[in-house]
Amino acid sequence: MIEIKNLTKKFDQNLALDDISFSVEKGEILGFLGPNGAGKSTTMKIIASFWLPTSGQVLIDGLDASEDSLSARKKIGYLPETVPLYEDMRVFEYLKFIAEIRGLDKSKTKNRVKEVVSICGLNKVLRQPIEELSKGFRQRVGLAQAIMHSPDILILDEPTTGLDPNQIAEIRDLIKTIGREKTVIFSTHILSEVSATCDRVIIINCGKIVGQGSPAELADKYGGLEQAFRELTV
Amino acid sequence: MKKSQYLKTIYILFKKELMGYFNSPIAYVFIGVFLVAGNWLFFNTFFLAASASMRSYFALLPWIFLFLSPAITMRLWAEEKKSGTIELLLTLPITDWQVVLAKFFSALAFLSISLLLTLTMPFSIAYLGNLDLGPVVGGYLGTLFLGGSYLALGLFISSLTKNQIIAFIIGLTACFAAFIIGADFVLAGAPGSLAPIMKFIGLGSHFNNIARGIIDTKDIIYYISFIFLFLWLNVRVIENRAWK
Repeated sequence: MIEIKNLTKKFDQNLALDDISFSVEKGEILGFLGPNGAGKSTTMKIIASFWLPTSGQVLIDGLDASEDSLSARKKIGYLPETVPLYEDMRVFEYLKFIAEIRGLDKSKTKNRVKEVVSICGLNKVLRQPIEELSKGFRQRVGLAQAIMHSPDILILDEPTTGLDPNQIAEIRDLIKTIGREKTVIFSTHILSEVSATCDRVIIINCGKIVGQGSPAELADKYGGLEQAFRELTV
Repeated sequence: MKKSQYLKTIYILFKKELMGYFNSPIAYVFIGVFLVAGNWLFFNTFFLAASASMRSYFALLPWIFLFLSPAITMRLWAEEKKSGTIELLLTLPITDWQVVLAKFFSALAFLSISLLLTLTMPFSIAYLGNLDLGPVVGGYLGTLFLGGSYLALGLFISSLTKNQIIAFIIGLTACFAAFIIGADFVLAGAPGSLAPIMKFIGLGSHFNNIARGIIDTKDIIYYISFIFLFLWLNVRVIENRAWK
């Protein structure tokens, strides 16, 4: 579903990604681990077509993300680390805008917005201005935005930061439900979340992949996920 | 992408951007200040001059727009970058040109709405005396093109920064420079060989022609090229994600 080949990204003289390659199968939930500044967000931004790589290739369902960018983008739902919300809009205005700009049929828009609202539990805040929402609801609106066009691929950059344990559990369940049919890549700092949701984990440090495998494999090899993380990234 | 779909996407974005102005109180403050300042400055001397003409108003508008236009455009890119919504906008299946065009035309629409509200003036004057329509139509047309040029320039400058205040101040300075460079008192001090070029480049010199009621295709083409140039530069900046 997603194939990353020899991805390198430089910012001026800074090497943010150094020759990264991996692939994600259809229906797989992939967890991205790594310290801050390791290159997780950079990788996700490149997959989502926000940045072009300095070199290397991203294939989305066989489509080259830099040459066939528009078709590739249609298959992706992306939730950046800073949740991209237009503060002065109301929740339903925002979701309607997303549905329209994503090119959903007019006849389907209303039903799809309703569906997404119920999946993400936004019924109570529909008429509220986004600037008045709590962090948990903001995150959910962001997620609703990402799944609006029923994309095959979901890219979620730290979807649970700043949430309380209940909200984290909710978002985690949501990712699991969505991940049954879709390919999901998400990054996180919470290791227990990884073992609870991911089929596979990739650990990145300093722009390089330093470890990968299923959570159980990694835990076995290093005597726990936390040990694996510490050993591979310090 | 099919042409109708291409335009429809621009329209959806345009609508959202235009709503954005009226969702915040800024729009009403702008329009209020613009109308009050313009009307007051104009009618202040209108009865003294005792001539049924809007010439002094159209001489005033470029200076008012000098402040108004960068204020309209300053947030268009800077805010998207600051709040992170740019990551959404530029990962949607739409082209950078579509985004730039939607932003430009929404700003132009907003400016046109403010301008539309000044139509009370020609109607009042026509009631008071014999108003020559040619210069009025030319004045409005010229103002629209001049305003469009300011907006394209201001939008481009907003794409270079995250900071709205910086976008405003640099936008204002750039618009001022582009307006003044062809003015007579600047040309008087310019070296002889440069003067005709400066006169051609300046936004102001072309405006004076149109505002006199002389609508020349040369001036129209000049304005459209000016607007296109800065929209194109804007697309380049966005494509390369080349902002600080």
